[in-house]
Amino acid sequence: MSIALFRIDDRLIHGQVVVGWGKPLNIGFIVLVDDAVRANPWEQELYRMGVPAEIDVVFATTAEADQQLSAWERDPRVGILVAGDIAALARLAGNGGRVERVNVGGLHHRPGRTERLRYVYLSDAEAAELKALAARGVEVTAQDVPTASPVPLEDFT
Amino acid sequence: MSEPLRGVIVSHAAVAQALLAAVAAITGVNDALVPVSNDGCDTGALADRLNQAIAGKPAVLFVDLPGGSCLTSSVRLARGKTDVAVVTGVNLAMLLDFVFHRDLPPGDAARRAAEAGSRAIRTPAA
Repeated sequence: MSIALFRIDDRLIHGQVVVGWGKPLNIGFIVLVDDAVRANPWEQELYRMGVPAEIDVVFATTAEADQQLSAWERDPRVGILVAGDIAALARLAGNGGRVERVNVGGLHHRPGRTERLRYVYLSDAEAAELKALAARGVEVTAQDVPTASPVPLEDFT
Repeated sequence: MSEPLRGVIVSHAAVAQALLAAVAAITGVNDALVPVSNDGCDTGALADRLNQAIAGKPAVLFVDLPGGSCLTSSVRLARGKTDVAVVTGVNLAMLLDFVFHRDLPPGDAARRAAEAGSRAIRTPAA
């Protein structure tokens, strides 16, 4: 198998990721891509606490993820890769072909962002980043949990 | 006498509000607990809600799940503080016990609440 879900979610590992998506996908590992968490063992332990022991959690910087992506894609287990911002996924997608689909699962309110969906707030620059990602051939949709319908990019940007 | 401990229920959706209403309905105590939902929050916004709920006073944070954003935000907030303790797996039984034992130090109150909550989980013969 490989990475079944590439997700942008500013809560990183939480209930929707581990239970909502993790259970139906029967995942064996989660890759958390975040430079600050990668550098902080205490934060890593905090994120591990919410994950059952049988699921591996891998912490990576964006640069490390860029290098390791092909190895994770060859992993026989199913995995989820989650990053807290669009830029990380945009880098992993490269010039196309490495990431087929990106799931916008949760980007919450911050100054400069406006509400696009209940769980997606974007600045105009972030909306443009997502459109640029789509222009490279990546299918970008918003969907917080698997039972919800995916929302096409054009409906929230 | 120092001010009684404050309990902050930290949950997904409206679990916290519902538990608070149940405690008030059963005990008549309606000033011991503060509900905080993670609805619509990133980690920064949830931290703001928690800080507002605690208001710099000694507190026990009752978190719904032993993982996820409610827990990570609560543990980050409690880190290094002796006057803030965290309990996971909040249930009604532990809250009912807590509201009558708010004179304990936060760590002791948290342990006591966890024991009360654990004792309430049973599989009675029907």
